[in-house]
Amino acid sequence: MSYISLSNKDKKEMLERIGVSAIDDLYGCLPEEIKLKRRLNLPEALTEPELLRRFEGLVASNTYADHLSFLGAGVYRHFIPSVVDYLSARGEFVTPYTPYQPEISQGTLQVIFEYQTLICQLTGMDISNASLYDGAMAAAEAVLMANRLNNKPKILVARSLHPQYRETIRTYIKNMGVRIEEIGFGESGGIDTNDLLNKLDKDTSAVLIQSPNFFGVVEDLQKFGDLAHEHQALFIVAVAEAASFGILEAPGKFGADVVCGEAQSFGLPPSFGGPFLGFMGCKKEHLRQLPGRIAGQTKDVDGKRGFVLTLSTREQHIRREKATSNICTNQALCALRATMFLETLGHDGLREMAVQNMQKAAYAAEKLGKINGVKARFEGRFFNEFVLEFPGDVGKINDGLRAKKIVGGLALKEYYPELAGCALFCVTEVHTKKEIGRLAAALKKVLR
Amino acid sequence: MIREPLIFEISAKGKRAFRLPKLDVKAKKGIFEGLAIRDEIKDFPQVSEVEVVRHFTRLSQQNYCVDLGIYPLGSCTMKYNPKVNEKVAALDGFVQSHPLAPMDMVQGNLEVIKLVEDYLSEIAGMDAFTLQPSAGAQGELTGMMLIHACHEARGNPRKIVLIPDSAHGTNPSSAHLCGYTVQEIKSNENGTVDLEDLAQRMTEDVAALMVTNPNTLGVFEYDIKKIAEIVHAKGGFVYMDGANMNALTGICRPGDMGVDVIHINLHKTFSTPHGGGGPGSGPVGVKAILEPYLPIPRVEKKDGAFVLNFDRPKSIGRVRGFYGNFLVIVRALAYIWTLGPDGMREIAEIAVLNANYIRKSLEKDYHLKYTTPTLHECVFSDKFQKEYGVSNLDIAKRLIDLGVHPPTMSFPLIVHGALMIEPTETESKRDLNMFIEAMKQIAREAKENPGILKSAPHNSYVRRLDETAAARNPIVKWEREK
Repeated sequence: MSYISLSNKDKKEMLERIGVSAIDDLYGCLPEEIKLKRRLNLPEALTEPELLRRFEGLVASNTYADHLSFLGAGVYRHFIPSVVDYLSARGEFVTPYTPYQPEISQGTLQVIFEYQTLICQLTGMDISNASLYDGAMAAAEAVLMANRLNNKPKILVARSLHPQYRETIRTYIKNMGVRIEEIGFGESGGIDTNDLLNKLDKDTSAVLIQSPNFFGVVEDLQKFGDLAHEHQALFIVAVAEAASFGILEAPGKFGADVVCGEAQSFGLPPSFGGPFLGFMGCKKEHLRQLPGRIAGQTKDVDGKRGFVLTLSTREQHIRREKATSNICTNQALCALRATMFLETLGHDGLREMAVQNMQKAAYAAEKLGKINGVKARFEGRFFNEFVLEFPGDVGKINDGLRAKKIVGGLALKEYYPELAGCALFCVTEVHTKKEIGRLAAALKKVLR
Repeated sequence: MIREPLIFEISAKGKRAFRLPKLDVKAKKGIFEGLAIRDEIKDFPQVSEVEVVRHFTRLSQQNYCVDLGIYPLGSCTMKYNPKVNEKVAALDGFVQSHPLAPMDMVQGNLEVIKLVEDYLSEIAGMDAFTLQPSAGAQGELTGMMLIHACHEARGNPRKIVLIPDSAHGTNPSSAHLCGYTVQEIKSNENGTVDLEDLAQRMTEDVAALMVTNPNTLGVFEYDIKKIAEIVHAKGGFVYMDGANMNALTGICRPGDMGVDVIHINLHKTFSTPHGGGGPGSGPVGVKAILEPYLPIPRVEKKDGAFVLNFDRPKSIGRVRGFYGNFLVIVRALAYIWTLGPDGMREIAEIAVLNANYIRKSLEKDYHLKYTTPTLHECVFSDKFQKEYGVSNLDIAKRLIDLGVHPPTMSFPLIVHGALMIEPTETESKRDLNMFIEAMKQIAREAKENPGILKSAPHNSYVRRLDETAAARNPIVKWEREK
C-alpha cells in the first residue's frame, strides 16, 4: 500500500513539464558511487488488513494489561474521560505543524494559552511554557536554567527525586561545568534537613526537591524553600504525580522559583513510557531564561484578540547557539490532551480525583501494613504511593503475586540499595476496594 | 466563524463535566491534618461536557492542517499521516503498558523497538540506532554527546563543531548545549559546503562537522564523500541532520557516504503526525565505533527473549525517561510495514518529482538564488516582488487567503526573504496546481495590486497579528480582570 496521489499520466505530464524523461534523471545531482544498487532489505509491503493482523500478533505478547497492577513510580493510571480521546483525535489538532502561521493556527495557539494558564493555576507560578518532552527532561532543563540565572556551579538534588530524572540531569550537565550533589532522605522518607544544611553553601545554584517525592512522601516545601533562599540558591520543585495538584498547595505558595515535572497523569495513558508531557513554570522575573515555546496574547490589525508564539528571541531559530534551549518540536498534542482533561474534570473533578487517590492509598497502606511481616518503611505523610518493607526478597514476593495475576509494587533495591526488601506501591482512583482486597489477600498467602 | 472565548470566560461555579464513582473505602479522618492543602484552585474552569466539546470543536476549526490541504512547509515534511497508524498506536496492549512492567510482560513493546531500530539501520546504512530522543533537537544533542564521549575516551573531547551557514537553528544550539564552540562554514555559489573553507577550519580541535544532506536548500552535497574524508583525516566525526531524509530513502544511504552519526525525524520521513508541535521522535543512528556510547537502556535479544540492558559502562547515560516516545515509534513501524522496500523508495522519488514540478512551474515568477538542481524542496526568494514593496511575509499571508499553507520563511539564513517549499510525495497534481496557481496569482498581484498582499490575510479567523506587541508586553496566561 502507498500513499501516493499521482496517476501514471500525472507523472508523465509532470516529467514533461520539468523537461526530463524519467524520475531517475532528477537524481543526476547525486554521485553514482553512493547510489544504492539494490532494494532495501525490508519486509514486503502489507495491506491494511494484513497490517492489523500483524500488530494484533505483536500486541498479543504484551500480557501486562491482563493483570491488576500497583505500579506507579512516575507513571500513573488515572481515568480518562471519553471526550479527551474523542476530541484529541480530530485531524485539525493531530495534523498541523507548530503554529508558525498564527492566523490559521488559532485553535492550537488558544489551547496552548489555556494550557499555560492551567499550569500556572496549579503550580502557583507566573509563567508556564508550552511543554517539554517529559518530566526527566524538564528537571534537566530546570537545572540548566538555574545555572544560567546565577552561574553557580553546584546543584543540590534530592536523592528522593525520581531516579530517572537524576540520571537525565547527570547526562545533560555532563559537559556544562555544573556538578550535582545528592541530599539524603530521613526516616520520614522526606528530605534529611541536616544533610541539606551541611551541603548548602554559597556555590549552590539551586535546591531541587520532588514533592510528593519518589516514595510518595509529601515534603515540607516551606521549610526547604526558605533554607534555599537564605543561601541565595534558587528553589526548584519537581512534581512527577501531577494529580497531587488537585489537593496539595501550589509550590509557588512556598516561594518556588521554578516548578517542573511530568503531567502524564492529565489524560495520557502509561503508553510504555511515552509520549508524556514535561511541564515547566517559573516566576515572572525569570521569564527570559525559561526554555521552550510560549504562546502569548495579542491583537490583529482590526483589534481582535488573537494568540501567537512569542518571546522567540530566547529560542534556537533566532538565537542559534545562544538560545536558552535547543528544543523545537515539543509535546503539543499531549498538552492539548492535558488541557481537555483538566477542563473536563474541572475544579471539583480534579479535587475529587486527588482526594480519592489519597484516601484509597491510605486505606491500602493501612490494610497491607496489617499483614504479618509487612510494615510501612517511612513515617511521612504520602499522596498515592507508599513504600512497604517485606521480610523476604521482593522479587520472590512479586513472583508469588504474579501467579495470582497481580503486578505488585516496584522493587526498590535496584534504584536504592539501602532499600533492599522494600517496594513502592501506587493506588489511584481506578483501584476499587475489592481490588485492594485482592492484593491484600494474595500478599497474605504469598507471605505465609 | 463563531468566536470562541477562553474556557475561563465561560466558566461558572458548580458546573461539571465529570464525576467519579463515590469513594468506596472508608474515608480516613484527619488525613489532611498537618499537611499544606489547598481549599480551592483559584479560577480553575467549571464547565459542562457540552461546553467542553463545543469549545474544542470550534477551536479545531480555526486550524489549518494536512487533512485539509497541501502544507508545503519546507524542511518539515508535512506529508499525509495514515489513519491506520493511529489505530494501531491506540491498541490497548500498547497504550496500557507500564514502562516498569516485568520485561516478559511487554515483549511486544520491546520487539517494536528492536524492529524499528533494525529497519532504520538498514534504511540509513548505519550499524545501530537508538529510538530514545524525543524529537530532532534531542537527537542532535544525543549525537553530539556520543561524539563528545568518544573523543573524551580517546583522551581529548575537542572544542569546536563546524556547521554550514545554511543549517537549521537547532544545530548550533545542540552543539552548544554539549559544551562545544560553533564555527560557521561558508556556502559556495552552489549553496553547498565550501570545501576550501572546510579544509582550512578542520583541525584537531574540531570534534565534528554537522551537515544537513540534502541541505536546507534541497541541494545534495555532491562532495559528501570528500567532505567526510577531510573531517575523518583530522580525526573528526561527520554528523548528519537527517531532517531531509525524505529525499533519500531507498535511493542512497548516509552510512555509505561517510556519515558517522545521523538523526532522523519519525514525524517527518516516517509519517507520524506533528500534533501542532509534537510529540515527535528523533532516533539516532551510529557507526559501530560509537555504538558503545548510545543511551541506556538498549533492547537486546537474549535466549529468544527481548531484554533491556542497562549495564553499558561507556554509555552517555539516560537522555529522557524510559524508552522514547513509544507510541510514535509504533506508528513509524506501521508505516514501514505498509510501504515495504519499494514504497520507501517511491516516497523519495515522488517527493522529488513534486518539488521539481513546483520549482519548474514557478521559476519565472519567483527568484531562485541558487540554480543548482534540487531534490525534495526548493527555496525561492521575494527578490522580484521586493521591487513592488512586497515581502515573503506578505506572500505567505496572501496564500492563507487562497486556501493553502505558506512555505517556511525563517531560514535558510543564506537566502534573504526565503520561501522554502516542500510539497512531499503525498500531494495530488490537483493540489500541487492549486498551490502553483495561488503563487502565480500572488506574483501578478504584487505587480498590479500590492496593497492586497500587504493587508493580507483578509478572510482568516483573525487577520495579521501584532507579534511585536506580544513580545514587548507579554500576556502569557489568562487572569481575571481586577
